[in-house]
Formats: sequence, structure tokens, C-alpha cells
Amino acid sequence: MRVRILLILLAFLTVPLGAQAPAPLQVPYQQFRLANGLNVILHRDTSIPVVAVNMWYYVGSANEKPGRTGFAHLFEHLMFEGSKHVPEGQFDILLEGAGGDNNGSTSNDRTNYVIDVPSNALELALYLESDRMGYLLDTMTPQRVDGQRDVVKNERRQSYENRPYGMASIEIDKMLWPPTHPYSWPTIGYMEDLTAASHADVVEFFKKYYAPNNASLAIAGDIDFDRTRALVEKWFGEIPRGAAVEPIAPPAAILTGVQTKTLTDKVTLPRLYLTWLTPRFYAPGDAALDVTSSVLAGGKNSRLYKRLVYDTQMAQDVSAFQQSGALGSQFQIVATAREGYSAADLQKVIDEELDRLRKEGPQPREVQRAINQMEASFYQRMERIGSFGGKADQLNAYMFAGGGPDYFAEDLARYTSLSPSDIQSAAVQWLPADRRVELVVNPEGKK
Amino acid sequence: MTARLGVGKLGVGSFLLALALVATLSAQSQPDRSKPPALGAAPQLKLPAIQKRTLSNGVPVWVIEAHEVPLAQVTLLLKSGSSDDPTGKFGLASLTAAMLDEGAGSRSALEIADEIDFLGADLGTSSSFDASAVRLGVPVARLGPALSVMADVALRPTFPAAELDRVRLERLTDLLQARDDPATVAPMAYARLLFGPTHRYGTGAVGTTATIKGFTTSDLKSFHAATYQPGNATLIVVGDLTADSVMPQLEKQFGSWRAGATTATHTTVPTAAQPKERQIVIVDMPGAAQSQVRIGWVGVPRSTVDFFPLQVLNTILGGSFTSRLNQNLRETHGYSYGASSRFDMRLSAGPFFAGAGIQTDKTSEALREFFNELTAIGRPIPADELTKAKNYVAFGFPSNFETIGDFSAQIEQQLVYGLPDSYYADYVKNIQAVTAEAVTKAAATYIQPQRFLVVVVGDRTVIEPGIRALNLGMVRTMSVQEALGE
Repeated sequence: MRVRILLILLAFLTVPLGAQAPAPLQVPYQQFRLANGLNVILHRDTSIPVVAVNMWYYVGSANEKPGRTGFAHLFEHLMFEGSKHVPEGQFDILLEGAGGDNNGSTSNDRTNYVIDVPSNALELALYLESDRMGYLLDTMTPQRVDGQRDVVKNERRQSYENRPYGMASIEIDKMLWPPTHPYSWPTIGYMEDLTAASHADVVEFFKKYYAPNNASLAIAGDIDFDRTRALVEKWFGEIPRGAAVEPIAPPAAILTGVQTKTLTDKVTLPRLYLTWLTPRFYAPGDAALDVTSSVLAGGKNSRLYKRLVYDTQMAQDVSAFQQSGALGSQFQIVATAREGYSAADLQKVIDEELDRLRKEGPQPREVQRAINQMEASFYQRMERIGSFGGKADQLNAYMFAGGGPDYFAEDLARYTSLSPSDIQSAAVQWLPADRRVELVVNPEGKK
Repeated sequence: MTARLGVGKLGVGSFLLALALVATLSAQSQPDRSKPPALGAAPQLKLPAIQKRTLSNGVPVWVIEAHEVPLAQVTLLLKSGSSDDPTGKFGLASLTAAMLDEGAGSRSALEIADEIDFLGADLGTSSSFDASAVRLGVPVARLGPALSVMADVALRPTFPAAELDRVRLERLTDLLQARDDPATVAPMAYARLLFGPTHRYGTGAVGTTATIKGFTTSDLKSFHAATYQPGNATLIVVGDLTADSVMPQLEKQFGSWRAGATTATHTTVPTAAQPKERQIVIVDMPGAAQSQVRIGWVGVPRSTVDFFPLQVLNTILGGSFTSRLNQNLRETHGYSYGASSRFDMRLSAGPFFAGAGIQTDKTSEALREFFNELTAIGRPIPADELTKAKNYVAFGFPSNFETIGDFSAQIEQQLVYGLPDSYYADYVKNIQAVTAEAVTKAAATYIQPQRFLVVVVGDRTVIEPGIRALNLGMVRTMSVQEALGE
């Protein structure tokens, strides 16, 4: 925590004077904590008569135990299947009947639940959200677990097994992280582990992780602060605090060489994935690698796009991204070879370009272009209050990362303060040619 | 990230409401959980006004002020799309739109991209069956320079031959890759089998391998000259600006745009004939972990008088999480991650379909459930189910206006389909006025499962025996190449 506070100060100090931000990037909020430990963030947006109720539980697939991969996500599905006072099916029926929508998602690090309702249904949303936090197990049955197990298995089939190149990310995570590191297994889980999940696992998981002191509730939209606070206390105040959750202690993740693998899939074109281990979210290097990804593959003038897709036309597509997590991150470059080219052909060009970036660094305009795009994206992120990525979700995301809910301006400053030499340094330090994972997916029937 | 639903949806609208007052209870008391809290009065939709102006050359400009975020969206909408593709040139509208930013005025493709990216802007050029559009999203402080690029792109594209060859290769490769993905093959095969290879709706907007190979720069120039004309265009502006401030900028960039030698003409796509009897087509993808299913027939045009009953009907059938298809196939049986249905409404009647990805070994069981639901929807709808669906659609309507891009997309719909200005204000009322009888009548008219086409993209050796045993109708099998016609 101390390190992170220092970073925030540094970010403030390095914001260039007269930076061209068109308006202050602020999301004013009120924050309080209930006696049971539930963190609550309220943001008022009176122009919009809709309310976003956004709950983060600080549990994700990284908390899973061996033999139960995919469980955090399976559990997420069960949160919609009813609780003591909300019969099965009623969660969705009541919300749709009010004109609301809801969803949930699970990542390595956290599970989030979103309910977006017209403002007259705020209390309904709090009632439903609190009932499943307080009373999920009262009506949980093995049959409900079986039902969602089948759904989740079909999610895995649809989103991974039956999707071209769908198994690549699962394979990469396995190669990138040590076997005991919780990022080494997929959020969706292995089929056999989904089969093994039991009602007893649900009980244990709920008691361990789904307590108010391991969660944060953000409410954004057309709300009255005092009334909303009273409603939150009314519906969540009675839920008992749980035992503190032990932080995850992952093994060190270090690549000491190049790991290569070739998969085959029912695809027409070969695809190459290059992946590196990189700094965790908000750590030094994290923002620089976001900008690096843009310099490499953001837009027609980016280095890899221009070489591979525009000039030589060897590739159908190329992308690069820094995927940041609480326990560590990965930087990935993905490119698909056109007919007549192989993954190795693409890799040769990518390595030339990475080498050039490490040696010479980017031009100032390349970096400024990436920063300007990033800045515009911060304003686009101010447009929605609800669903995934809306303001309520972002307040919770910053809270989770440790910077406090309204970390928007500080986060943007991480980018606006970057110079070409920062990008060069990041490429040198974090994207070496001799420590990475190289995965190729080839069409079946080819080598 | 792994989500409960494949697609997160929802949002909010830029409208105002008088908050219903609800008494707050003491924080410390045990809440009464025996029944859900009552809802107050629903918020009223009140959109900002559409300010209608005109450029000196007659181009209408519709401006909506939205001051929450310092961004602006400017859209140039042309009322010509893939429906206007000449015979034998399917894909021309789409390719023309895609090529607009590949060289324009004195700018090269790379210069356009560099300028737009440097401004932190997005410049999109695309077309649908019914319209083409150039859409600019930009921080409002940088609107001026971005508009200058946008005007070049929309009005003065140069269609360089080398860029055409590059984009052509990209599109040909896209079609090649489409065959890999059952979820992509299914809608393409369904459209082609339902409408046939010569009807415009039977082929995707991008066209076919053969047509894409044949396009020349003169095709693009002709189509652009014929359809990108001031008399065929409307400018839509939504964002943190005023009509007075933006009009001079638009006048500067678009005001001297003059009509071409001919005025744009529009092709009315003929209404396709309905299937006479039910038929099943299995498209073989050996080893597929799921079968991608599409079931239906020719639906309705956007101008249908039954628009509002159909919104409610489809919400009940497959347009929401609690819809019958999703509840049956996902929640009750666990055959699928999600099932849905949709009327794809265009200027002419587009497809209606129900669909899902089904685990391979449950394909025939799932088909049976699909037809159970498609039959049951013809029976009277229980009152509480009808109310829930109407409330979901009506009270969720504001979510279509949350961002400036959302709002702009709504205005595009209004313009393309000739909806009245009162459409938005009357929407909730029109949905609430839908009766049970109207829904049942719409179901009887538009959902006739005994005549539906069934397309199943999956592992034939595993699924064919079970599908045949259902005795739904004639079963044909084909390869992906046959189904897509290439």
C-alpha cells in the first residue's frame, strides 16, 4: 500500500503544466463503511433517472483450490438462482418487470455483479442484492448446482472449444505461469473440475468469500445520498461480518527462457501468440506497456500493423495488449498469417520491429498519438453509469486496485506523463526476445 | 473475463424524472424481506429537443445537445446501402463505405489514420442494408480539425487502386475465415438458404468471393457519385456543443457540397417468398463441440403495423433473459449458454430467427424444445408474463439514449425508417397499449413453425440420426462450402 501511495504522488508531480485536458476528470463520491465491513461508494448523477447498483466481491479464479478450477465463475452463476426470500427465477423476473437489467462476471481477481434499474427500483435492487449476500445458502440445492454446471459447460463449449483459436489463451496461461500460480488455470475452468464441483463446495466458498467485509458496493446515478445510505444500511446492515480473507500468496512467476508450443485447430489460417510476464496493474511499467501496445498495434500507422497488414500484407490482423491483474500481468502480441505465410514469417517481422523499438525507442508523435487516444477513452468512460465498465463499475475497480474510488485523473496522469524513453525502457525491460511464451495455432493437417 | 451472459447490455438515458419519495426506515431495524419493496412511480422519459437546421446546400442538420461529457458525435447519414447494390455487384455499398478513409482529398490512407488517431478521435465508415454512414466521435475541443478530415473522407474519397487491392484481400480473407466459425457460418447459411442466392438478403453485406474479386475503382467511384449526394444525406450532431456553435463549422466543411449529375435512386428489395413447408438443413462441421441452430422464416419490414406487438411478442419468446426460449434451453435443460429470437427489421422484410449454440449431444432434444416453445407462443399469454415483458421493454427504453453514440444511432433509425418525431415520446405509451390479443394475433401471423427453415451447423455424424428421428420434415445435409455457395 505504501508503494502505491508514493506512486500516486509521483503521478501528480509529473503531470505537465497546461496539459490539454478539456475538462476536469472527476467523479465525486461519498464513501462509508457499514459496521459489518461492507464498503459503500455513492456517486450522484442527477441528469439521469437510472441507478446502477454494482457489487464487487474480492474473490476470483485466483482464489480457487486445485481440482476446482472454474468454481468462482460457476458460483457467480448460482448467485442468480434465488436466495431465502427470493424464489428461483424471481431475481430476473422482478428486475425485468421493473425495466431493469443485470449481469455478472468473474475474472482472476474479482467477481462483479451489475444491476441497472430505473431510479424508482433502487430499493428493489438493494433488496435482491442483499438477499443473496445474506441468505444465498438457505435455499441452495445440489439440483441448482447441477443446472448451472450444465450452463457453464456450454459456456465453455461456446466460448472456447467451439470458437476458432478458442483454446489458445488456456494453453498460454498454462505455459506462462508456474503450475501452482493461480493465474495458470482458466477462469472458465477445466471440464473435469466443473464436473467435480459440489454443493458442499458452494457452502464452503460462500462462507469464506461472500461476506460484506470482502465486498464493495458502488451505487451511481439519480440518487439522494441520505436516502440511499439509509436504504443500504437497512438492507445490508443485518448481514453478519465474515472471517477475514487471507491474501493470496502466489509463487514467484519468472520466465527464464523461451517456451514454444504448437497447437492445431479447425482453422484456415495460422496464428501466432507471443506473451510476456509484465508488471501488475498500476505498478511501474504497467501504463508504459499500455502505450507500447498502441505504438505496436493501435491503428494503421502503428509499427506492427503497418509492417504486417498494410505494407507486406502478410497478416490479416495484428493486436497487442497489456492485460493487467492484481498478481501480475501479461503482454501479448497476436497476429494471423494470410494464405502463403506461416507464423514463423510473422514472428520474424515482429522481432525486427521489437528490436527496433528497444534500440531506437518510438518517435514523440507515436507516443503522443497513443496518449491522446487514451485520454479520449477516459472521457468515453464517463458516458455510462451502469453495466460493465460504467462509472459505478469503474469506481469499484479503482477501489479494488487501492487508489481510492475517484482515481480517474491520477490514472490518466500515468499516461500523460510518459515520454518516448519510458516506452523504450519498457520494451527493453519487459519484452525481451529471450524470455517469453511462443504459441502457434496451425490448421489441422499442417505441421 | 467470463460473464454470466454473452453480451452485457443496458444503459441509461438522458432524461429527467421527478423522484418518487419513499419513506426511509430506521437503519438498525430488521428489514421485512417477506415481499419485494414496492416500486414508486416509473420515471418519465424526457429527451432533449432535436434542433433541426439546414445547410445552405439543403443538407438537413439535426443537433442534440448533451453536455455531460466533453465529447461530440457527428454522423453523415446516406439513405443508400447494400439494398442498392447493383445486380451482380453484391458488396459494392459496403466496399465503397470501407474505402472512404483509404485516401481522400489530398490525404493518403496513412495520413487520415494518423490525423484522426492523433486527435483522439474515431472515424468510422460503414454501411448496412438500408444506409451508409460516416461517423466521427471526438473530444469536442478538437472537433474542427477532425471535421475537416471527415469531410474529405465522406465527400472526396480517391479510392486508390493499391488500397483497393489491400482491402479486397482483407475481405476475401475474412470470408475464408468465416468458414472456421460455426457461430458465423450459421447466420450466413441461414440467410442464403432462406432468401436464396439472388435475393439481396441472401448474401451478407460484404458480398461474395466472386463479387469482391471483380470490383474496380470505377465501380466505387460510380456508386459514390450516385449515392453520396447532399439530397440523400443528413448530418446528425450529438454532444457537448450548441447548434449555433456547430453550424458554421458544418457549413464550412459540408455547405459547398453540390449535387451530382443524377439524383440518388433507391432499390426496393422484393419481399421474399415464405417457405411452404418445414425443412431441415444440416451443415456439417466435423468435431464441433456445439451445434449452432437457426430456426425461422421471412419476418417483417420495419414499417410493419405490428411493430409494437412484435416487440412484446419477441421479448416473451426470446428477447430477454426470462424469455421462454432462454428459460427452457438454458435454465430448465442446460442445453445451451443462452437462446434467443429476433425479428431483423429492414426496409423490406428481413429474417426472423430463433437460435442458440447447443451442446452437440443434445441437439435433437433442443430442437424439440425449440418447437415446443415456437408452438406454445401461439397460445394466449398469461397476464403477468405480458405485463413483465411490456414493462421490461417500456421502462428499459431510456437505455437506448445513454451515450452520444447511442443517441445518434436512434436518430439514424428515425431517419432511415421515416419515424415521426413523436416516436420517442410515444414509445412507452405504445408498448403499454399492446394487448394480449394483439400479441396472440401477431404470433399466429408471424410464428408458423410448421413452415420454418431449420439450419443446424454441427457435427453431422453425431447429430443427424437424432434430428431425422424427430420427423420434423425433409432433412438435407451439406458442406459449409455448399451452404455458403462458395
